[in-house]
Amino acid sequence: MADEVILLDAHYSMFGMRVRLALAEKGIEYEYREENLANKSPLLLEMNPVHKKIPVLIHNKKPICESLIIVQYIDEVWKDKSPLLPSDPYQRAQARFWADFIDKKMYESGGKIWKTKGEEKEAGKKEFIENIKLLEGVLGEKPYFGGEEFGYLDVALITFYSWFYAYETVGEFSIEQHCPKLIEWGKRCMERESVSKSLADPHKVYDFVLMLRKKYGVE
Amino acid sequence: MAEVKLFGCGYSPFSRRVEMALKLKGVEYEYIEEDLSNKSPLLLKYNPIHKKVPVLLHNDKPIAESSIIIEYIDETWEGPSILPKDPYERAMARFWVKFIDEKCGVAMWKAFASPGEEGEKAKEEAAQLLKFLEEEIKGKKFFGGENIGLVDIAANFIGYWFGIIQQIAGLELLTKEKYPNLCKWVDGYINHSLVKDNLPPKDKMTEVLKPLAQPGYSGYKPKV
Repeated sequence: MADEVILLDAHYSMFGMRVRLALAEKGIEYEYREENLANKSPLLLEMNPVHKKIPVLIHNKKPICESLIIVQYIDEVWKDKSPLLPSDPYQRAQARFWADFIDKKMYESGGKIWKTKGEEKEAGKKEFIENIKLLEGVLGEKPYFGGEEFGYLDVALITFYSWFYAYETVGEFSIEQHCPKLIEWGKRCMERESVSKSLADPHKVYDFVLMLRKKYGVE
Repeated sequence: MAEVKLFGCGYSPFSRRVEMALKLKGVEYEYIEEDLSNKSPLLLKYNPIHKKVPVLLHNDKPIAESSIIIEYIDETWEGPSILPKDPYERAMARFWVKFIDEKCGVAMWKAFASPGEEGEKAKEEAAQLLKFLEEEIKGKKFFGGENIGLVDIAANFIGYWFGIIQQIAGLELLTKEKYPNLCKWVDGYINHSLVKDNLPPKDKMTEVLKPLAQPGYSGYKPKV
């Protein structure tokens, strides 16, 4: 029986990209549907009535929401190929902890860089740099956060990498200057086909951010 | 030396959640009560990122964040399952825990602890959000089905703490009229043996929470 897999997403969303990436890692065929977030489809509102957000994975008519929950679901259902979460429970807990950290801290601090100006923007920049330094520390000397293999935490963070150029340009700073090892890791991940085809082009992300800045009157 | 240690706070629902999970699995552990206004060097060592309780220490390795700790407990020890086995049910359980922690619980806390307009707005928001849980519990004894599961454990704030808060603040948010199914769940939940023995006494909890509702309170306020 063939699986029916549909992804409701938005091209520039770093959260949506995580799901695209997990599906690509597992070689799963799916139907991609781009949502216009200013005019959400009835299907999106039906499938995610609680948050009304993307991404939503619809697997055999059943919806799963929240990007990290979706990635774990994908890993558990299609478990025979490219495992994403570590097999050891302690390593799994650590991977979940840092993915949660990314969602709680990085998204907000990154957002301050492009959504605000003046003091708030500078504070966002400072926080963002602190956050990525911590993550670089977690990476250490390993090729991937998952160790020798690309894994869950790599999936959680690499999609933010597509937004780095936008953060740097709007924020007027260099991430490489602060975290050279992290940038090396980003480039290494981009060599994977699943990653390069799932992430939005950083220059296009920047154009998108500029458009949003204009829209929200942050100039 | 105890193999399993828990740094917690008896008044914290997050901390009590982990205790419930450990007890469900029959895990022996050493409990260390933290004074949150004066955190111990050990807590800061084991959770340098968030500096919060609960922190589980298993064979000297720390794990932080209550829902992450609970999944770790479920995966490490035998005994009744805390998470469902089916991947879709697991995803739904994780979804509801996140909803309770990041949306519902936050709004409910703000409805109590935030003054003026912010509090009023939070009340309206909480009223809307609780409807989703009312719908989800319909026809079920517990969120986990016949037995207490991850979502029930995570909903301890709603099941117990919020009842006390409503009394202190004179709030009428979670009522039998508006949320009959959810209130029925509350009754079953707080009388369940696993839950009953893992709650801070009502009078002590009231004592701790009362000052937080006073305008102009500037003492320690737990961060949501």
